[in-house]
Amino acid sequence: MVDQTIDGKTGAPKRTSRSLAAAAQRYGVVVALLALILFNIAATPNFLTWQTLNVNLTQVCAIVIVAVGMTLVIAAGGIDLSVGSLMAIAGTLAPLIFTGALFHLPTTAVGIGLAFVLPVIAAAILGLFNGWLVTAFRIQPIVATLVLFIAGRGIAQVMTNGNLQVFKEPAFQVIGLGRIAGIPVQVILMAIIVAAAAFVVRRTLFGRQLLAVGGNPRAARLAGVPARRVTLAVYGISGALAGLAGLVVVARNGASDANLVGLGMELDAIAAVAVGGTLLTGGRAFVVGTLLGAMVIQLVRYTLLANGVPDAAALVVKAGLIILAVWIQQQAKGE
Amino acid sequence: MTLVSMRGVTKAFSGVPALIDASLEIEPGEVMALVGQNGAGKSTLIKILTGAYRRDAGTVTLSGREVDFASPGAAQDAGISTIYQEINLVPHRTVAENIFLGREPKRWGMIDIGRMNREAEAALARFGITVDVRTPLSGFNAATRQMVAIARAMAREARLVIMDEATSSLDEREVATLFQTIRTLKAQGVGVLFVSHRLDELYAVCDRVTVMRDGRTIGVHAMNAVSKMDLVTAMLGRALAAAERDLSASHGQGAGAPVVEAAHLAAGRRVRDVSVAVREGEVVALAGLLGSGRTETARLLFGADRPDGGRLTVGGEERQFREPAEAIAAGFGFCSEDRKVEGIIPDMSVVENLTLALMPRLTKAGVIDRAAQRDVAETFIRKLGVKLASPDQKIRELSGGNQQKVLLARWLAMNPKLLIVDEPTRGIDVGAKAEILKLIRDLSGQGLGVLMISSELEEVISLASRVVVLSDGRDVAELSGEAISEHGMMAAMAADAEPRSGHG
Repeated sequence: MVDQTIDGKTGAPKRTSRSLAAAAQRYGVVVALLALILFNIAATPNFLTWQTLNVNLTQVCAIVIVAVGMTLVIAAGGIDLSVGSLMAIAGTLAPLIFTGALFHLPTTAVGIGLAFVLPVIAAAILGLFNGWLVTAFRIQPIVATLVLFIAGRGIAQVMTNGNLQVFKEPAFQVIGLGRIAGIPVQVILMAIIVAAAAFVVRRTLFGRQLLAVGGNPRAARLAGVPARRVTLAVYGISGALAGLAGLVVVARNGASDANLVGLGMELDAIAAVAVGGTLLTGGRAFVVGTLLGAMVIQLVRYTLLANGVPDAAALVVKAGLIILAVWIQQQAKGE
Repeated sequence: MTLVSMRGVTKAFSGVPALIDASLEIEPGEVMALVGQNGAGKSTLIKILTGAYRRDAGTVTLSGREVDFASPGAAQDAGISTIYQEINLVPHRTVAENIFLGREPKRWGMIDIGRMNREAEAALARFGITVDVRTPLSGFNAATRQMVAIARAMAREARLVIMDEATSSLDEREVATLFQTIRTLKAQGVGVLFVSHRLDELYAVCDRVTVMRDGRTIGVHAMNAVSKMDLVTAMLGRALAAAERDLSASHGQGAGAPVVEAAHLAAGRRVRDVSVAVREGEVVALAGLLGSGRTETARLLFGADRPDGGRLTVGGEERQFREPAEAIAAGFGFCSEDRKVEGIIPDMSVVENLTLALMPRLTKAGVIDRAAQRDVAETFIRKLGVKLASPDQKIRELSGGNQQKVLLARWLAMNPKLLIVDEPTRGIDVGAKAEILKLIRDLSGQGLGVLMISSELEEVISLASRVVVLSDGRDVAELSGEAISEHGMMAAMAADAEPRSGHG
């Protein structure tokens, strides 16, 4: 309605700069990605090779899978700090299962099957536990998920007495090393998850209800949206995806170290979500943006490493990216 | 000398004119009313005066000197204080801290708490308010908080106080106290710019009125020389008479079977013992002062809060709603008084906001049937005359009146048996107000049971077939037919309402 804009209640004075900022929020990640690629073509030797693409894609898969779950949690008005620890639990459980260390296996095939399924279920249940803390006790998500952030890695370490598990089990490692038609299985997995999540957010009742809960929880409840159930489910999904990412990582490495699997992943995932343009205040989800955001972060790390800048410096650049992303969001939101 | 003079002010936002030759003059010690529909340009004009916006053209003088404030801070330093509808205070800090927020008296780099408290007490005493300034603000009622906001504004030695819908959250007694304050300001030579949707208030306290329409100032009148009808006509630019008369037609008769019967509801300190019933095709109003338990009672009926005691009978069956979703399944709908906080999902489209409650029924195997969703939304947008650029527009971009229509449609799309509306016309311009009231009347005519809460007695009188008067969490009277009058309701509310202190 024209009148409304005239009245200035929509904060119209900075209209042009705001719509610019809004565009930056939406497409900034694309621009950043293109800029990084162009820079690398010019500066990094052997950048345009299958080898480079392969390395970067396999590195980014785990981040993307976790970050998709994080996107849903953040869109629903929460945050999940426990994802790294849940990766460690799933990554520790899997070898314990298929080596028969946990319980007796009738056949190896059953062991492999269970090694895929049980760790993901366990992570999902722990995710539901996060959701339960948030909904039943109204604990702030950052505190509620801090519980498993701390305890989760401890649990994983206790399961193996802190020992490194090294294994060679091609049937299990398919998820990290296998290829279908030349494409790494983990990349296919990532693509399916991104596509499914994007569809869920845009087209399904659950997706829209989750955005309503994130956008205005009180209004959503009064409109009959099952806010608790939605919140529970979102944390469950985030947990399951973290578990899956844990499997990918240990399968790729052929080793599972409870101290290292998924370490710092929560921050990478949140960074990917923020850089990808999803509002950290909830109510909006931009799944494809998260995919691109994760790629930007991965490419920044690769660029710096390939050009001889140490990993520690890469962390600083990553932090800078987050600040930039949040700043752009602030601009887009207006005061 | 004229205190404020704004002349030929124009302002456009990305090419769309918001103000075209607007003007405003306020004398020292004068209370000037500023009226106009939503979108008439009132807020823009005020924001230019307070330094929030810069004007494109025109002159603004303060006590004869031309000014052009670059920021709200600059305007405040020049003696212009603004009190907004949503009070900008810190609930968990003390009254004194709020009054001196950002300008605390200091001694050796530390806050001089003793002096701050003494000065805060003195500042409030100017308005005849005595409260313990050392207690947190959150313990006081809306009127006291409003007074604190005013005391805060005045502690800056204001020459002009702007009150933008400052009364919208106050009940009648509180408004009276506020008016006393305005008269005090007036006596001290301070100018007041008073914006309110409630016309009665303008007559009670203002000297003159400036009317705006479509970005222009279209008239300045002495308050005692202009009739209410003239004022409304000037604001709308057309005669409103028809809509108003429509509303005052006969009250809904022939109410059918009871939709809901609540007996002896109780919850906490706000609802002690309330019984109320609504039948098909009738509009029942819950009347009472602010804090009498009206909203709380409505929330209990809708399952938004849990009662400690009492019985709820829905369609002859005893029910207990644990969540709003259960009440909705039973055919209830609830439009909250606070659209922003409890109504709209600001970033979602009009289509989605309108179908939010209906969405589960538009879903096949978890996937929303978007064509059906759009059909429903478009049908109701047409039916209710929602004005918008596109159904895919974000709801927060709509005016208050249109948002309210979308929220009403959210429930109408569910084909409900009972609609609970809490302050359905709050913050809505006169034209949209009449439309919404007419809509409610028509719906009840079609058999819908309506439970209405409204602080505007005129609305209650024109719509309600029965009025349940609440006071201090109890139903103290039930009025129907001829007894529903301004006098009747006031008498019922006053009968049991003993004067209370600032708490409440």
